[in-house]
Amino acid sequence: MSLRTPMRRVLGAGSAKQGVHHWWVQRLTAVALVPLSVWFAVSLLTLPSFDHATVAAWMGQSWTALLLILLVLVATWHSRLGLQVVVEDYVPGPGARTVTLVAVNFAHALLAAAGVFAVLKVALGGAP
Amino acid sequence: MRTRPLSPHLSVYKLKYTMLTSGLNRITGMGLSVGLVLLVYWLMAVAGGARAQARADRLLSLPVMKLVYAGFIVAACYHLVAGIRHLVWDTGYGLERAQSQRSAWLVAVASALLMLLVGYGAWLSMARTP
Repeated sequence: MSLRTPMRRVLGAGSAKQGVHHWWVQRLTAVALVPLSVWFAVSLLTLPSFDHATVAAWMGQSWTALLLILLVLVATWHSRLGLQVVVEDYVPGPGARTVTLVAVNFAHALLAAAGVFAVLKVALGGAP
Repeated sequence: MRTRPLSPHLSVYKLKYTMLTSGLNRITGMGLSVGLVLLVYWLMAVAGGARAQARADRLLSLPVMKLVYAGFIVAACYHLVAGIRHLVWDTGYGLERAQSQRSAWLVAVASALLMLLVGYGAWLSMARTP
């Protein structure tokens, strides 16, 4: 006889109270990053130059801007989930672990916001 | 805190190459997180305009950065190929010992080929844009 209540089974939450959400989002972002990272590598390496005019013109194209925003968001999300597991594995003690996790979260929020802001600024014509 | 029973961990096992492929995936992933910082720094520099980008380029074009970029290429290629292996595992296939040993070699060979391909692309790009 299982001691788990039907509600617990429906929620699938388990002892971490998070269910498979972390696991699943880590995989979703991984799958999304396959085409996004290939696209990014190919477009970066085929840029004719890395001077400001060329890069800004590239970032200003609608599809480039859109895919760059997706790349930044998905990559920061994937990185946040990955580093969270590393911290949980190797940072001992609940105090230090919580502080490190908060720092990881804040850093990734900053990265995501800055990346999206930068692409939008260039794409919407703000870059001088 | 009360001493709790410890499950077998890294230093308990003899190092096997299947362990190495798994550990490398984590290490390269951590490296790529640092790469993300560099990417956003570059994007912000471009958004700051021509002068801001020129300032950032002085740092980004230091000779030592070539080594950093090479490191990112190696890490990205490995993490991509090894990550796909993990995604296959997640479907429940390839988890038998013989299969995972074979796929470990496949990951090593495929990621090495990808590194060469991307490295060649980066070399061409560098030759074009000093």
